[in-house]
Amino acid sequence: MNKGSKLAMGIAALSVLLVGCGKATSSTSSKGSSEALSGKVTAVGSTALQPLAAKAGANFTTKNSKVNLTVQGGGSGTGLSQVQAGAVSLGDSDIFAEEKAGIKADKLTDHKVAVVGMAPVVNKDAGIKNLKMAQVKQIFTGKITNWKEVGGKDQKIVIINRAQGSGTRATFENAVLKGATAVKSQEQDSNGAVQKIVATTPGAISYLAFSYFTNKLQAVSIDNVTPTDNNVQTNKWKIWSYEHMYTKGTPDKATAAFLKYMDSKDVQNSLVKDMGYISIHDMKVTKDAKGVVTQN
Amino acid sequence: MEQTNFQLKKQDAQSHEWETQLHHATKATREDWIGRGISYFCIGIIILVVASMLWFITSKGIATFTQNHVSLWKFLSGTNWAPDQGQIGALPMIVGSFAVTFAAAIVATPFAVGTAIFMTEISPNKGRKFLQPVIELLVGIPSVVYGFIGLAVIVPFMRHLVGGSGFGIISATFVLFVMVLPTITSMTVDSLRAVPRFYKEASLALGATRWQTVSRVILRSATSGILTAVIFGMARAFGEALAVQMVIGNAAIMPKNLISPASTLTSQLTTGIGDTIDGTLPNNALWSLALILLLMSLFFNAIVRVIAKRGQLKHER
Repeated sequence: MNKGSKLAMGIAALSVLLVGCGKATSSTSSKGSSEALSGKVTAVGSTALQPLAAKAGANFTTKNSKVNLTVQGGGSGTGLSQVQAGAVSLGDSDIFAEEKAGIKADKLTDHKVAVVGMAPVVNKDAGIKNLKMAQVKQIFTGKITNWKEVGGKDQKIVIINRAQGSGTRATFENAVLKGATAVKSQEQDSNGAVQKIVATTPGAISYLAFSYFTNKLQAVSIDNVTPTDNNVQTNKWKIWSYEHMYTKGTPDKATAAFLKYMDSKDVQNSLVKDMGYISIHDMKVTKDAKGVVTQN
Repeated sequence: MEQTNFQLKKQDAQSHEWETQLHHATKATREDWIGRGISYFCIGIIILVVASMLWFITSKGIATFTQNHVSLWKFLSGTNWAPDQGQIGALPMIVGSFAVTFAAAIVATPFAVGTAIFMTEISPNKGRKFLQPVIELLVGIPSVVYGFIGLAVIVPFMRHLVGGSGFGIISATFVLFVMVLPTITSMTVDSLRAVPRFYKEASLALGATRWQTVSRVILRSATSGILTAVIFGMARAFGEALAVQMVIGNAAIMPKNLISPASTLTSQLTTGIGDTIDGTLPNNALWSLALILLLMSLFFNAIVRVIAKRGQLKHER
């Protein structure tokens, strides 16, 4: 008897709670952002976007304590396929959904939240500070194999690639190789691993997002253009990509609010820059999924 | 309630009570049923999990051949791995996996057997007090730590020693050597301890030296156990992903020597899986690699069973 009554009370309490929750969300939708937001937002995918998304997410949840927001890595491919499957609310990607085979891009909505510049990086011993675009291409296609051929030391070139299908690799190959096939070489699965290996392996070359540059490795200028945020904004520096957050269908309230927050001045003018990304508001050009760049 | 009932019955009719006791299950019998139920339930769940995993990996793994129509022979013998361009020759990874596995086993076995002999025959006391905990400690270190040590110590060391980038089969071999050493050692110790005491006593009584006894009697009669230990070590090496991935360089090229970057089935899986889309060829191809891994571990298990059976027969005779 006692047990039964406790159970009944529990059920009653739970249903009151549930009804309360339901009311809260419905009132949010009717009255707009003045009421507290609630809900669950999961963002999965690109590891390049992950730090920014995680930081912005943390800030967002301190303001909206009822929103349960999780940010996970897993890679751009994971992000796109999970959002396509409807398993997560946001799929983070370094590349356009159109560029990935097996993804129906017309079913997804693109939200560009930042821009990332990437540049070739070499081990400091190689003695290289500037390369021609054609030379970079020849190095990664295996035509040039010694640093002395491009004005460096007499040292064998060790190419370190990112894994096939990686968003960073796709961006780099689109901008530099332009359809040519990269020579088979070492592959690493993260920016962190590339950073460490290039810094310690003599003759190593790879490519990294600007935020991963350290004084232990040499970022290379191409055709005397230095890899800086300003040069990316004008497209003088060609190797860059958007960081995308994809949604499927109409995003729910909490997701939409988070996307709005990502696009706000709060994030774009401080957080994005602090963390080594480039604000989409500062871009003076627009690039489409086919890589065609137009002036804004 | 139960007790009063019992007493009543006792007063009323003794014979009736016997009857009920014989016709109804006792508390102990019911406990027995419950216990059996629980263990059947657990076994059922485990069987279900294993069976569904086998089914899942197999069905995903053969999709490459049934959906994408890649020929099995091309997959196993092709040397060009570029799934994004539809090229999925898995031979470089298969060769890489076997190369690191055999190399690690070959390097580790003498050390493991030597340690085991020391621990059982030469100095059992020190063995138990000092070496046993050390070996158990080696088992407990997570593989990412081995990989990190490999990246920070072995790779630069190999670079200075033999040149090149330092990444390659040789570095992976040394990392795996340390990782499989405890497995092989502790299993060898067990099999040496299982050798009947009178074998040793008889040998010594016949005037054989300690070395003769160890090498010709003890090792000989523990051979099947030692082989089992080595194969368990190889199974571990074959399946190790993270530590190998960090030091082998992950280049899907046919390994021409031990010092150039190569890749294994596992390293290709861990680097590639995050960037592929479910249901596409690059993703299916990775599942096919996983299927090879699964089949290989079944194969290793089968060998262990065959060896164990033969060893048993020999002891009986």
